[in-house]
Amino acid sequence: MPPDDAPPRSPATLPALLAVFLQMGMVSFGGGLSGWMHREIVERRRWMGEERFLAALALGQVLPGPNSVNLALQIGLQLRGGIGAVAAGIGLLGPPFLVILVLALLYQRYGAVGPVSTALAGVAAAGIGLTCSMGIRAARRMRGVAPFAVAAVVFVAVGVLKWPMIPVVLAVIPASVALAWRAQQRERRGHGG
Amino acid sequence: MEADRLLALALVFVPLSLVSLGGGPSIFAEMQRQAVEVHGWMTDAEFVDLFAISRAAPGPGSLIAALIGWKAAGFPGALVAALGLYLPSSLLVCAVGVLGRRHAASPVRAAIERGLAPVAVGLIFAGALTLLQAAEAGAVGVATTALATLALLHPRGSPYLVLAIAGLAFAVLGAVGLAPR
Repeated sequence: MPPDDAPPRSPATLPALLAVFLQMGMVSFGGGLSGWMHREIVERRRWMGEERFLAALALGQVLPGPNSVNLALQIGLQLRGGIGAVAAGIGLLGPPFLVILVLALLYQRYGAVGPVSTALAGVAAAGIGLTCSMGIRAARRMRGVAPFAVAAVVFVAVGVLKWPMIPVVLAVIPASVALAWRAQQRERRGHGG
Repeated sequence: MEADRLLALALVFVPLSLVSLGGGPSIFAEMQRQAVEVHGWMTDAEFVDLFAISRAAPGPGSLIAALIGWKAAGFPGALVAALGLYLPSSLLVCAVGVLGRRHAASPVRAAIERGLAPVAVGLIFAGALTLLQAAEAGAVGVATTALATLALLHPRGSPYLVLAIAGLAFAVLGAVGLAPR
């Protein structure tokens, strides 16, 4: 891992930035993209120090939007300002957007063909597994009973009862953050600080 | 008609953008509800097919929004849906990035982060349940999902490999007349 003050190997020009993200957009399957970005931006090119990268990653996780896109925007913003964020976002999303539309056209043509539609059902079943594994990974980091109760309430309201998501989320988030705040204060006191 | 649909797409995805905690998986349930039940842009079966395509393609899983837009209103629909889903959250991220660099270690931010996580977890599982129901998954489907979950919890489990194996297995089962569900 490079120290935070190591000089970049090559300057982070706008075209170089765009090129890196264009390349990463096409390798981003099923998560793991922040690991790729760390390797390309921090380790290989030394455009950014470890601390700044981790701060950008954490910020991207709190805010709405895909974590990978948020991280790319932060990197672009810090390296080249607003235009850098635009380049990073377009680089990361542009090629996959075009690929997915080509797949949509193929689906329109061949989607009803027997083997294709059965294979899609298999991919969907495994894809739901990908979603579940993400959920389990995130749940493993939760501590105490309250977060699990919050998750259960949201699951029942949105998944089982099919209530509209936005009002549910807007009602639950303040309560959940308040519970987290209380737990945090209690832990702090518990540790004598 | 066309303009109405583009407006409807924007009205679905712009608000979703601002509550997409952690990205696509947290809004799968609501996207299905809007696309199939509220607006009738597609059937449950078509929604599940689009989900499968989005998982097999590069890019974040939330790009299913582009497919929903495409199904509802062609290429302009895909563009409106993708911009609707990514632009508001992106602008928010950039605004916070510019304004809030000083508060990186504040306890308020830690509490917000910690409080949002369980909401995202609940939404992710709501999305998984909604997709299983939309797929009318039977024993084989549910077993495949469970096996894939276990495989992907392994640190070296490759999403691509798991998706490919499941797709191939289903195609083979279908070809020998055991149409899996």
